[in-house]
Amino acid sequence: MAAVATLETAAPTGALWGLVHDFVMGQQEGPADQVAADVKSGSYTVLQVVEALGSSLENPEPRTRARGIQLLSQVLLQCHSLLLDKEVVHLILFYENRLKDHHLVIPSVLQGLRALSLCVALPPGLAVSVLKAIFQEVHVQSLPQVDRHTVYSIITNFMQTREEELKGLGADFTFGFIQVMDGEKDPRNLLVAFRIVHDLISRDYSLGPFVEELFEVTSCYFPIDFTPPPNDPYGIQREDLILSLRAVLASTPRFAEAPAYPRMCERNACCAGYGQKELKDFLPSLWSSIRREVFQTASERVEAEGLAALHSLTTCLSRSVLRADAEDLLDSFLSNILQDCRHHLCEPDMKLVWPSAKLLQATAGASARACDHITSNVLPLLLEQFHKHSQSNQRRTILEMILGFLKLQQKWSCEDKDQRPLSGFKDQLCSLVFMALTDPSTQLQLVGIRTLTVLGAQPDLLSSGDLELAVGHLYRLSFLEEDSQSCRVAALEASGILATLYPAAFSSHLVPRLAEELRTGESDLTKGDGPVKCSRHLRCMQALSAVSTHPSIVKETLPLLLQHLWQVNKGNMVAQSSEVITVCQSLQQVAEKCQQDPESCWYFHQTAIPCLLALAVQASMPEKEPSVLRKVLLEDEVLAAMVSVIGTATTHLSPELAAQSVTRIVPLFLDGNVSFLPENSFPSRFQPFQDGPSGQRRLVALLMAFVCSLPRNVEIPQLNQLMRELMELSCCHSCPFSSTAAAKCFAGLLNKHPAGQQLDEFLQLAVDKVEAGLGSGPYRSQAFTLLLWVTKALVLRYHPLSSCLTARLMGLLSDPELGPAAADGFSLLMSDCTDVLTRAGHAEVRIMFRQRFFTDNVPALVQGFHAAPQDVKPNYLKGLSHVLNRLPKPVLLPELPTLLSLLLEALSCPDCIVQLSTLSCLQPLLLEAPQVMSLHIDTLVTKFLNLSSSPSMAVRIAALQCMHALTRLPTPVLLPYKPQVIRALAKPLDDKKRLVRKEAVSARGEWFLLGSPGS
Amino acid sequence: MVGGGGVGGGLLENANPLIYQRSGERPVTAGEEDEQVPDSIDAREIFDLIRSINDPEHPLTLEELNVVEQVRVQVSDPESTVAVAFTPTIPHCSMATLIGLSIKVKLLRSLPQRFKMDVHITPGTHASEHAVNKQLADKERVAAALENTHLLEVVNQCLSAHP
Repeated sequence: MAAVATLETAAPTGALWGLVHDFVMGQQEGPADQVAADVKSGSYTVLQVVEALGSSLENPEPRTRARGIQLLSQVLLQCHSLLLDKEVVHLILFYENRLKDHHLVIPSVLQGLRALSLCVALPPGLAVSVLKAIFQEVHVQSLPQVDRHTVYSIITNFMQTREEELKGLGADFTFGFIQVMDGEKDPRNLLVAFRIVHDLISRDYSLGPFVEELFEVTSCYFPIDFTPPPNDPYGIQREDLILSLRAVLASTPRFAEAPAYPRMCERNACCAGYGQKELKDFLPSLWSSIRREVFQTASERVEAEGLAALHSLTTCLSRSVLRADAEDLLDSFLSNILQDCRHHLCEPDMKLVWPSAKLLQATAGASARACDHITSNVLPLLLEQFHKHSQSNQRRTILEMILGFLKLQQKWSCEDKDQRPLSGFKDQLCSLVFMALTDPSTQLQLVGIRTLTVLGAQPDLLSSGDLELAVGHLYRLSFLEEDSQSCRVAALEASGILATLYPAAFSSHLVPRLAEELRTGESDLTKGDGPVKCSRHLRCMQALSAVSTHPSIVKETLPLLLQHLWQVNKGNMVAQSSEVITVCQSLQQVAEKCQQDPESCWYFHQTAIPCLLALAVQASMPEKEPSVLRKVLLEDEVLAAMVSVIGTATTHLSPELAAQSVTRIVPLFLDGNVSFLPENSFPSRFQPFQDGPSGQRRLVALLMAFVCSLPRNVEIPQLNQLMRELMELSCCHSCPFSSTAAAKCFAGLLNKHPAGQQLDEFLQLAVDKVEAGLGSGPYRSQAFTLLLWVTKALVLRYHPLSSCLTARLMGLLSDPELGPAAADGFSLLMSDCTDVLTRAGHAEVRIMFRQRFFTDNVPALVQGFHAAPQDVKPNYLKGLSHVLNRLPKPVLLPELPTLLSLLLEALSCPDCIVQLSTLSCLQPLLLEAPQVMSLHIDTLVTKFLNLSSSPSMAVRIAALQCMHALTRLPTPVLLPYKPQVIRALAKPLDDKKRLVRKEAVSARGEWFLLGSPGS
Repeated sequence: MVGGGGVGGGLLENANPLIYQRSGERPVTAGEEDEQVPDSIDAREIFDLIRSINDPEHPLTLEELNVVEQVRVQVSDPESTVAVAFTPTIPHCSMATLIGLSIKVKLLRSLPQRFKMDVHITPGTHASEHAVNKQLADKERVAAALENTHLLEVVNQCLSAHP
């Protein structure tokens, strides 16, 4: 109060004292107005009022102080124009000081400051001082709405009268205001706050580094979803708020520089919710800011957001309902965009073509009307430009843009046939595409192919003449040489897509030509003509399988491919296994394409499988004079290729049809019933499970492919006999290929067999067989393979016996003979097979089997490791590595710290697989748990550096990746090692393998940055 | 050794540069995955080392600004020599020395010691081409520049993978 006490004294008036007392102590409201009126009329001075208040302003009870200050403030609100400079100075000092007072007092203090902010006589410097005090002392957002409003009013008043002074505060003013406003929720206050933000920007206040914050605190209200209560006494409408926020967001080119700008665009995307009326006024400014962003930005994100905003704007305009007399904003908006963009498309230097095209495409993608409008304007322009430019890469750019517009057409399917906007350009587009397809530039060809596909997808656009030409081009492109690989692949893909749409055109123009090509190829191969023909031949088959996308085409291509296999088998050709494998791969692709259509699927199954089986059975027949050629079909790789064709052709069969097929195929293998095979006059019986020729036993793999792909509910005839035969064969020491195939087939059937007595019998048989075999004798390794596959079959379905079998397998880790194989067996248990026990082949595979296996078995593995003698320890580590390797990292991570000591030990294991898996476990640990790992820094650095010169490239790469990950550890831990590491990492910089050098470079680069300025 | 000014704040010399497409990751070939086949250090490998260096004044890489191009990289693995020519975006670019220094440091950190490296300005693209080249070729001056905390900070920022 000292400040006020120095005011000139005047004689106190009794009446004034009474009024003040009534107000302060008597809690009456009336006296305030009375005092104010008296001051205005000149009865007392403000000073006298202060003096009358005297003790109440210093009263220890905050409520009384508050009341006292409230009276003064109310008087000032009415009489601020009467104040003199000197009085104002003192009052302001008093009020600023009171801002530190009890929170009950603050509302009255703010009222007083608001009154003073209206003073004309405010001496320079005080506005800044008041605001500073408020920013510093008051936590505005914890005040009631009215008082927050008072603060905004003070700011507004000063901004109106003291602009220059406030600007002198620089960015501090902006920052202070941001703090005041942050979190404001009341619409009445927001209206004022938005106004302030708008003024801050439009009057060019310094935003300094706070552009983004300012943007954040305002843009977070977008879009406004305020609905006034029905009896709202304040009359604030949603529109008022929208308009004032829009005024802020739309008038702020400087926000565009803020890194947060994309977010505003994103929110702008919400403008789909606004009608035309609200948008109209902002369209030009929004368009120009979006355009500026897209034209000038270096950031893909900003560009993408700008385009998304344009897209939703256009959508909004396209959807709004117009009054009868209103102009259609969409048309004028589109014309605006076209006007601003079209000339860029035509400029010879093509500098801004892409941004312009992107803007136009974002617009055209918004609605059918926008698309028509833009496309019909732009396409003629682009067509003309294509011909004006002669260089391939310029033409490519233009064609890519055309392609973009054509793709957008697909989005809007026209119901009305007459209004197809493309039909008028069809001929020009076709000739342009064909020009591109014959251009020497691969890039241009590629775009041409994509454009052709898109044109073809337009219903009823291409004529039969166009299609014939197109097919001709595709035929030519399917035979391109190795260096245009990408083009050939694209052409094949396009053929596949177009063939589903125009099967007739492909049947009549492409398939016959390919058939002819294949035939001449066959005769050439007979002559043993060189590899050139061979590759042409290969492409021919690839093309045949690529177009087999329509049932009617499959009926023509499948016989061609099978016919070709027969030719090979008849020995008419110099055939290598690769040739047969290629045909099988083509068949496989056709089979995949048939899977979706039940009719084609059955057709393929019925046609291809008997044929493949017949060929194989034929090849497996004993011969008087052994022919090298025929044995090609019995080679491991060839049989594997056939296995995948048979599997693919079986998995999607309906159970009824599959049941039909199974009654033929199982008897073929069990009884030698060949009656359903084509050309089935074989020289001797087919008895794969008897002691016949060993080639016949190998064909059990084909049986496996079939029965293990059947739906689960298909009943298998003679199952009991089949299982026994398979088990016998699996432990027969003929050749590993057939015994493994038999074990896999047995396991595949076990996995699908319903639980019950029969399953238990099969399992008992298997366990007995395994134990007998493992005991000792000639077929230990076969018995082990059977054990492995049976275990896998049971692990996948969570069968109770699986833990027992896994334990048996783990026991074998210390077996001197089978130990390493058992360790690798864990890899098989944890991985996905491709031929049997697959989900696609209807096997029972529980989703979490790996996690479960990990939880059930890792403790035992760790324990086994510690207990094992030194020479077999690596087997345990390797088994463990396989389990850890296959586990999803997020599951593994929480478990790793308990395994850490083992992992550190494993780093010294000489086995590459163990090293690799250990490194791949440690790398995420370094990133996720740097604190724990810091304790082992010395070991880690030494071991990783050692492994970075391992003979295995994969280990070197993994070790260097770990060296890189080490940099995530706390810098102080690392710094002592920095010089040593940088020196050591110089060596792998000169590794002979590029992939290793790459890792060395990034690891060393990071180590250099450690503890260095600027990192 | 560098004219300092302009870094981190102030007006950009070339505020609106032309931006070029980034080349993708180098596809891994079968040969590169084969343990036995040695892969020699080639121009693309050197280019991959320097193309992602950040420009000191734009949030862009040297590749995007076309300051470095693969055709301007000459390398001979058997002779252990590398020559990189870089092209400043404008002929009066005061950043030229700094860019050259960043390239040089990146190569020093990433290439085997046996390499002799030459980093220079593409002939005819900078006003003080000769002076800049001379500074970049001077080992002592490069070493001294890296003792300067401020310079080292800027260079590290250019070389940092996560700006």
